[in-house]
Amino acid sequence: MREIDVARISEAVAQLAVAACCDLGEDVLAFFRSAQDREESAVGRSVFRQLLENARIAAEERMPLCQDTGFAVVFLEIGQDVHLVGGDLEAAVDEGVRRGYTEGYLRKSVVADPFGERKNTGDNTPAVLHTRLVPGEQVRIVFAPKGGGAENMSALAMLKPAQGRPAVVDFVVDTVAKAGPNACPPLVVGVGVGGTFEKVAYLAKKALLREIGSLNPVPRLARLEDELEARCNDLGIGPQGLGGRITVMDVFVEEFPAHIASLPVAVNIQCHAARHKEVVL
Amino acid sequence: MERTLTTPLTDEAVAGLRAGDQVLLTGTLLTARDAAHKRLAELLDRGEPLPVELAGQVIYYAGPSPAKPGKPVGSIGPTTSGRMDAYTPRLLDIGLKGMVGKGYRSPAVKEAMVRNRAVYFAAVGGAAALLAQRVKAARVVAYEDLGPEAIRALEVVDFPVIVVNDIYGGDIYEEGRRRFERKVGT
Repeated sequence: MREIDVARISEAVAQLAVAACCDLGEDVLAFFRSAQDREESAVGRSVFRQLLENARIAAEERMPLCQDTGFAVVFLEIGQDVHLVGGDLEAAVDEGVRRGYTEGYLRKSVVADPFGERKNTGDNTPAVLHTRLVPGEQVRIVFAPKGGGAENMSALAMLKPAQGRPAVVDFVVDTVAKAGPNACPPLVVGVGVGGTFEKVAYLAKKALLREIGSLNPVPRLARLEDELEARCNDLGIGPQGLGGRITVMDVFVEEFPAHIASLPVAVNIQCHAARHKEVVL
Repeated sequence: MERTLTTPLTDEAVAGLRAGDQVLLTGTLLTARDAAHKRLAELLDRGEPLPVELAGQVIYYAGPSPAKPGKPVGSIGPTTSGRMDAYTPRLLDIGLKGMVGKGYRSPAVKEAMVRNRAVYFAAVGGAAALLAQRVKAARVVAYEDLGPEAIRALEVVDFPVIVVNDIYGGDIYEEGRRRFERKVGT
């Protein structure tokens, strides 16, 4: 049994929030560098040049890459041999969000009473927190701020099992087509297949954490990812929806067994500011 | 090839723009997004004057992150324009000449742009730190209580945008996609 004070979790969350919003991942930067040569559309190439310049300024000036610094989505994997001390875990995560967003000059984008007064909570809390118990005595924290523009274009369908794989492909491609320029392409597309209504959305969100260019270890799913990527790029939407060959940076599929009556599919759309940072305590 | 334009926009300047043109804007941009548009519409409903003159002006759909000490604004990229569509035709009818944002506009907005000879530009969504460097000064002109959603007058220099909808009905989102689309099985 190992003791970890929840104050350390607050501190880590605060640091991850700022790092995620200011420092674009090396996988995304590498994609931009290669894309600025590969993209056939001239305006598309200029978009990639701006995004690379933007990432450089953000990192140097410690400014957010995007003004929409998102909803604070936090994944906690807690070792079952860890004893958390010093207070309430969820309150500690929110305290980290509060500190990171205030001290890091990040935008507070969360409102209470969503279909009424829509009053800003003032500190970007509460976080959306996903906890999972795992073997071991460590705590892994992943911070993945999620912007509103791309989240708004995400979708979920409870398909009929008889519709099968073709319907899964069509639903993903249609969702990307509808997102068009609104979701700030080139996109990362997280796809969940199977499970229940809430599980499939979680799978799609989790899929967004994968590294750009990585393939699903299951060959059947890797083939599906390749096909989806090609079909999405054939849409011609291109960088920022201005027309071009590169509409998606990657498509990631995560799968779970489904009920005999169900074929749930969720598509979580991520803009090109594919932000996530993690730390292990 | 980028061209430069100064705001406020004139009829002549707008007439020279075509969907797909890359433009550098210099002058004043007025930020306004969901909450500010709602308030402007309520004033128009009541027949009351607006807190800011819109004739010839360009609205930028943006809500910046907080400014660091010594900076005029924080990161400031475009938000999704479609959320403002319900309010936009009325603002175009009273002289609004341009909009900067990202994403599709409704048929009613596109029709009002042609009718009123106004243009819609896209800035690169997510290039918010780069765009902030092109903002030289900012002041709140209305609705300070809305925080990031307040109406601000931004003084910009060489602010990079792309013409999405011109006054002739051109639309780069449609034309660009058609140019690069590959139909299944072809």
